[in-house]
Amino acid sequence: MKVLMKGNDAISEAAIQAGCKAFFGYPITPQNEIPEYFSRRMEESGGVFIQAESEVGAINMVYGAAAAGVRTMTTSSSPGIALKQEGISFAAGADLPCVIVNVARCGPGLGGILPAQSDYFQATRGGGHGDYYTPTFAPSTVQECWDMVFHAFDIADKYRTPTMILIEGMLGQMMEPLEMTKRPPIKVDKSWCVDGNAGKRPRNTITSLSLYAEVLEEMNFARFRKYEEIKKHETMVENNVKDGDKVAIVAYGTPSRIVINAIEELKNDGIQAGLIRPITVWPFPYDVFQSLPASVEHILVAELSMGQMVEDVRLGVNGKYPVHFYGRTGGVIFEPKEISQKVREILKPARELPPARVEMGRGEV
Amino acid sequence: MAKVVYEKSRGLTDVPLTYCPGCSHGIVHKLIAESLVELDVLDKSIAVAPVGCSVLAYEFFNCDGIQAAHGRAPAVACGIKRTNPDKIVFTYQGDGDLASIGTAEIIHAAHRGDNFTVIFINNAIYGMTGGQMAPTTLIGQKTSTSPYGRKEESAGRPLLVSEMMAQIPNAAYIERVSVHDIAHLNKAKKAVKKAFQTQIDNKGFSMVEVLATCPIGWNLPPVEATQWVVENLMPYYPLGVYKDVGGAQ
Repeated sequence: MKVLMKGNDAISEAAIQAGCKAFFGYPITPQNEIPEYFSRRMEESGGVFIQAESEVGAINMVYGAAAAGVRTMTTSSSPGIALKQEGISFAAGADLPCVIVNVARCGPGLGGILPAQSDYFQATRGGGHGDYYTPTFAPSTVQECWDMVFHAFDIADKYRTPTMILIEGMLGQMMEPLEMTKRPPIKVDKSWCVDGNAGKRPRNTITSLSLYAEVLEEMNFARFRKYEEIKKHETMVENNVKDGDKVAIVAYGTPSRIVINAIEELKNDGIQAGLIRPITVWPFPYDVFQSLPASVEHILVAELSMGQMVEDVRLGVNGKYPVHFYGRTGGVIFEPKEISQKVREILKPARELPPARVEMGRGEV
Repeated sequence: MAKVVYEKSRGLTDVPLTYCPGCSHGIVHKLIAESLVELDVLDKSIAVAPVGCSVLAYEFFNCDGIQAAHGRAPAVACGIKRTNPDKIVFTYQGDGDLASIGTAEIIHAAHRGDNFTVIFINNAIYGMTGGQMAPTTLIGQKTSTSPYGRKEESAGRPLLVSEMMAQIPNAAYIERVSVHDIAHLNKAKKAVKKAFQTQIDNKGFSMVEVLATCPIGWNLPPVEATQWVVENLMPYYPLGVYKDVGGAQ
C-alpha cells in the first residue's frame, strides 16, 4: 500500500526502519522536518534523539555513536554540512560508518533557502581536509530517497565509511506516493567498536591519528583500496540513452525529472535525446560515456549550479564528445523548455549559430 | 620474598607515557586509572581523548578509547553515552581544548545533563603546540603568543571554568583540585572518584578541574613549576567544590 509522504519525512522513517538508533541534528531550513520527525519517533521506537548545540556538535555525536557501534545519522543543509566537514573527515579517517543527509540549498554563504545543486564539489571531493571520499547517493524521487536510506546505511556498514545522501531542498519538501518497502540491514561484524566491553574482549581504540608517516600512509593506502572496491561494486547510474539519440543529457536528482520532460518535448519535435542520471555522484559513473550509442554527437550537462558535475562529465567523456552546460543558480529552477531550447541550439549547424556570448545569470559557459 | 608495596594500576596500559618530566598528566592519569579500578568499572569504561598533549590518552587507559576532534570530546562522549547508558564514559581535556575551541560542546553537555565525567586539565597554556596563550593564561604570564605577558585589555581575564560550569542548572558535580603535593593529590583522587561515582549513580554531568604543571611551556624546572602552581594558579583559581547535587562535601 502506498502512502503520501514528504521527502524529509520519508528519509526519517526509512532511517528508523533501517535500524538507525541515534539521530543528532540541528535546525536549518529546508531539512527541519527530519529532526522534528525523529524527535517524535525516536521516543516511540526507543532510539536516541538529540538536538545538538550546533552542526559541529551533531556530527561529533554521530562520530561517538558510530564508534559505539550503532547505526546513526545526522542531517542538515548546505551551510550546516560545511560545518560538519571536520567531523566527516574524522569519521572517514577513523573508518566509522554513519549516514549524513544534505537537503541542499543555494549558496555561497548564507545564500538562500531555495533548492540548489551547488554542493556537488563539497559532496564528491571529500569536503573536509585530507585524502578521503564519501560515497554519495543522489535520489530523484521520494521513493528513491526511501530506498537510498537503507542502501546508504548498508554501504556505510559494509565498507566502514561515512556515506551521504544529497538531495535538493525541493525533494525534501515534495510529497509523493511511497511504497514503504523494508529491507533487513546487511550483517556486519562490529567487534571493533568502543562500547565499553573490554572485559569480554581485548580493548578497542578508534582514532584517525598516527604520528608515524609510514603508518599513516598505509592507513590512507588501505582506505583507498576500499574506495577502489566501492568504485568497482557500488557505482550506480541510470542510462536511458538509446540508439538514435543525438544528445545525451546528464542530470542528477530532482532536476533530472525536469530533463525527462524536456526530452519528451524534443521528441514531439522529432529531436532524439536521452538521459544519463548518475545515482551515485561519488563514485561517479565515468565509464558510461565510453559506451554510448554511435548516434550520440553531443553531451549536455544540466545542473542547478554554475557547473560542478560538468567537470566529472568532461573527465568521463575524455574528449570524445563536445560537452555543453546549462545551469541555473541562486535557487532558480530551470524549466523543461530551457533545456529543450539549449538542445536545439546545440544541434544547429555551426554557420547558423549566433556570435558566441556569455549570458550572465544563466550559467552559460 | 619482597613484599609488594606499590604497583602500577591495571587501569593503565604498558604503553610508555609521552609526557614531559614534571608534567601533571601522568599523575592525573594514575588517579583516573586507580579510580576506575577501585569503582570496578574499568572494563566497561570508554575514554575520550582530546587534541593536545593528551591526544594519545586512549593508548594509556586500559579500557576502550577513542580520539576526538579538537574541543569536541564532550559531543563524542554524548554520542557514546546516550547509546550506551550503562557504560562509564569520560573525556580528558586540556584548557585549549575545553575552555577555548570546545566551549560550546562542554557547556551544552552540562546543559543537557549528559551523564559522563570530564577531567579538565588546566595548566594555563597550550602545551602541545609550543606554549601559546590559553583562555586560562594568567594576567602578565608570558607565552609564545603573549611575549610581553597576557594583557587584560586585549585578551581579557582568565576564564574561570569551574565557576562558570557550576552555574549550569544540570551540572551535577564540579570541583577544582590541585596535584602539587601529596595532601592535595589525595584530595584530587577523592574528587575524581566522586565524579565517577556521580556518573555511576546517574546523577548527571560531572567535571573535575585539575590545576596542572607545564614545566616546558612555562620555561621552569619541575620543582619550580610545582611552586608556581601554588603561588600563581591557586590564588586565581580557588580549589573546592563548586557544585554537588548530592550535597556539599
